[in-house]
Amino acid sequence: MASYTPHTRSDREKMMEFLGIDSLDELFQAVPPSYRYPELSMDKGRCEQAVLKELRSMADKNSSAAHTSWFLGGGVYNHYIPSVVDSIISRGEFFTAYTPYQPEVSQGSLQAIFEFQTMIAELYGMDVVNASHYDGATAMAEAALMALRCRSGRKKIILDEGIHPEYREVLETYLSGSEGYIARGECDDETACFITAFPSFRGELKDLKALGEKVHARGALFIVNADPLACGLFTPPGECGADIVTGEGQPLGIAMNSGGPLLGLFATSKKLIRKMPGRVIGQTSDGSGRPGCVLTFSAREQHIRREKATSNICSNQGLMALAAAVYMAALGKQGIRDTARLCYDKALYAARQINSLKGYSVDLTKAFFREFVVTCPMDADILSANLREKDIVAGLPLGCFEGGNERELLVCVTEMNEKEEIDRLVNAMKEAL
Amino acid sequence: MMNNEKVSSLWELSKPGRQAVEIPVSDVPPAQLPEGLVRNEAPALPELSTLDLVRHYTRLSKLNFSIDSHFYPLGSCTMKYNPRINEKTARLEGFTASHPYLPEEELQGSLELMYKLQESLSDIAGFEETSLQPAAGAQGELCGVLMIRKYHESRGDTGRTRFLIPDSAHGTNPASVAMAGYEAVEVPSDSRGNIDLDKLKKLCDSSVAGIMITNPNTMGLFEERILDVLETVHACGALAYGDGANFNAIMGVVRPGELGFDVMHFNLHKTFSTPHGGGGPGAGPVGAAKKLVPFLPGPYAVKNEYESYGLFMPETSIGRMKSFYGNFGVLVRAYSYILSLGRDGLKDATEMAVLNANYLKEKLSDIFPAWYDRPCMHEFVSSGESAPSGINTMDIAKRLIDYGFHPPTVYFPLIVPEALMVEPSETESMEMLDAFSEALHKIATEAKEAPGLLHDAPHKEMVNRLDEVKAVRNPVLLDPWKS
Amino acid sequence: MLIKYAKSHEWAVKSGDLYLCGLSNYAQEKVGDIVFVELPEVGKTVKQGEPFGVIESVKAANDVYSPLNGEIVEANQKLEDEPELVNSSPLGEGWICKIKMSDSSFDNLMNEEEYKAFQEEQDD
Repeated sequence: MASYTPHTRSDREKMMEFLGIDSLDELFQAVPPSYRYPELSMDKGRCEQAVLKELRSMADKNSSAAHTSWFLGGGVYNHYIPSVVDSIISRGEFFTAYTPYQPEVSQGSLQAIFEFQTMIAELYGMDVVNASHYDGATAMAEAALMALRCRSGRKKIILDEGIHPEYREVLETYLSGSEGYIARGECDDETACFITAFPSFRGELKDLKALGEKVHARGALFIVNADPLACGLFTPPGECGADIVTGEGQPLGIAMNSGGPLLGLFATSKKLIRKMPGRVIGQTSDGSGRPGCVLTFSAREQHIRREKATSNICSNQGLMALAAAVYMAALGKQGIRDTARLCYDKALYAARQINSLKGYSVDLTKAFFREFVVTCPMDADILSANLREKDIVAGLPLGCFEGGNERELLVCVTEMNEKEEIDRLVNAMKEAL
Repeated sequence: MMNNEKVSSLWELSKPGRQAVEIPVSDVPPAQLPEGLVRNEAPALPELSTLDLVRHYTRLSKLNFSIDSHFYPLGSCTMKYNPRINEKTARLEGFTASHPYLPEEELQGSLELMYKLQESLSDIAGFEETSLQPAAGAQGELCGVLMIRKYHESRGDTGRTRFLIPDSAHGTNPASVAMAGYEAVEVPSDSRGNIDLDKLKKLCDSSVAGIMITNPNTMGLFEERILDVLETVHACGALAYGDGANFNAIMGVVRPGELGFDVMHFNLHKTFSTPHGGGGPGAGPVGAAKKLVPFLPGPYAVKNEYESYGLFMPETSIGRMKSFYGNFGVLVRAYSYILSLGRDGLKDATEMAVLNANYLKEKLSDIFPAWYDRPCMHEFVSSGESAPSGINTMDIAKRLIDYGFHPPTVYFPLIVPEALMVEPSETESMEMLDAFSEALHKIATEAKEAPGLLHDAPHKEMVNRLDEVKAVRNPVLLDPWKS
Repeated sequence: MLIKYAKSHEWAVKSGDLYLCGLSNYAQEKVGDIVFVELPEVGKTVKQGEPFGVIESVKAANDVYSPLNGEIVEANQKLEDEPELVNSSPLGEGWICKIKMSDSSFDNLMNEEEYKAFQEEQDD
């Protein structure tokens, strides 16, 4: 059994003697006796190497993107993670620290997240970024709740086509205790906000500027769920009138990890800051004028405002925000643009090659980033299983998703896919006929 | 050990043309970019060499106190050692390079882990079933309250609009209840730090949907009449939510599900040793008694025939709390911890956590006596009120930093004036507790003899107390070095 | 001029046809450094004792309650940029709003002497 308690037998005796007790049971007198010390059915503990062996045997049962031609995305993406990222987030000073409530001894975490906020603001083109949410889906749901606060009296939340189906489900859960409801269609005077995705679940990019103008004409908030990497190359939502921008930060140096932990991004404008959920870090100075960072605008938060808080969020995804910060700083101005460009070019190359195959089609009139929908000559499930035998994970069959059909396959291409691999995918598709 | 010099901003270090990682050269023809959608200027991200980047973050890291470097007795946060084996297992490539949309047969390792963790948590806390969806404690709370809401609705019982919250509760409790569409109603504490049973009885009627109870509560005290409290709540048709923030005090000692709690969240980042990450990620799985199982959030893992594992979404589920299956990497760490300790190790951890807290409480009783004088569980609350006038709890907290200790939680719970909330955790040694006690005794003396030392503390860090008023009046929320 | 106070620590004083309202000196001292004032909405009908705004310090956010029944006619826009006026001049430049009273609810408020006694009670 592993044990992380340092108490020797004599320590225990000394401490009990100091407390004047004969047995540890005496410390649990308030627990109803008949319920005390239940018989657990789990095993005894194991030593470290036994634990590693057990966990490794589990991990090995998964298919891994590291050994396969990988074209599967759908909200979690296979991007390269520079080695500095894991090295830095593995520093105990970062990962074993708590939320930076005592700023004098937390400047490391505070400055790192302050810089994270700044870099995300730059990518999104927004004024204010918070210190993160659980994932893109919960960030988007909280944005909708914020819009209901900003436009009190209005209850309608309009979702554009192409919102990730799971994001919609999360929003439904978050709205189940509220009067807000989800609708489709055009904005009207009942509409608190309009939410669109950039790119959409199907990879499509649309003209945000035109959309934003229509939304604002009806007095609603314009919310964009945007991929941060795409914003390295394309006009960011902040330049298109977005009031709130949310997104999934996983493409910024975070492993796919069966879908978690991810990183929820949340940005807004200065004038809406008091309605914003989540922690935010600001720069100020101490009595001697030395600059330093603090958690600020805290009066919005649950530990102060309790039932009137802008959200119940407390723990966020701090370490994932640090990973994203290291990633963004490692790529830098040119690197982020080049990486986005690689995803764009490679996806378009793949789409064209596939579209030229008999029986397959891709709508090339639409602009897309990293992902596109292929209409296949057979069930996408069957095609996928067929390609899997050739060691290719071909994409996400859309049959079981809202708005998709059995013949549609969502194919994802990133900087990780070499041309040769793409050609192999295309060939395998051809041969599958 | 500490580096107390200011660390330059990333943009101060930036120089055009530098790049810390090389991006591969494209091997496909460049495509035409869509008209009108292209960004005019590249985003102003900093440009650094790899070494500058590594030094920047290494220097920043040294400005932090952390469990790895300091005693961190932050009440209510369970700052225990974060075992390295957990970090190793969480980084196994089979986990990190797996994708949530793989067909179930290709994700058996992750699903098996989730299933076994669910079973373990249900076993430890006495629940029928556990869902790993919630990403954090607060999200677990929202989830549990929504489950209770759906339970009442499923019975056509729609007149319940209020949720009871003890006055010692964490702020997340009333905030979660409000998000779930309920009115939060406060229940006062009695003179022994318990829920006031008489007042509770008066509040319980057919308008009450449920109660949220942290047990032991934020005073570190086990509710002495917990069975009566739960019976009272159930008698009016309401259900009981258990806030598992303080589960480190009772793991292996008592099962909340057996006491009568209907639903409870676990904080894997407190009780089950997963790191706090400077704010997250955590995980807040929710365990449910039989009658609430149909409302659990999904999907969660199930065991099929032939020893294979799958995902399941209950038909009457409250839905998804987040995308995919919870904070999976955190789940790997927690499961590694449970496997490592096993049934005896978990109980031992709890007993040592409670022994440590009582030992420290006794050691400090001459200078900062506990607010309620009875055995505590894993933490206790004292008050800085006994300090000489002009000295407040914040001064004591900041002076502790000079002695190399992270301050306890301060000014919480709200029902204790000048509160000091101390949770040592089981992974600290008697010698460490003695040293901490000695520092606080010196500080108590300094408070009388040299109060200035406390007022101006901390003295050795990169910054002293920061101007929080200025931070809000003249907000600087983005790095001014950029641009 | 007769100044009167609510139990929730707002003051009101007649000014022409309207009533000028703000936060008492006692209350601003308790709140500490004020960093933000959420002003009442102009044109809104308000009821005595119901929240109509928020005063925020670094560590707290407190509702501000209407001392009168009536309608908000004007809010002190200056507080948007200088919320600290509530600290430096609670009864002067730091006024919060002007109300057109719809009844005689002013009479329900405490006079200065009563309010002083009320404060002492609060401090105990």
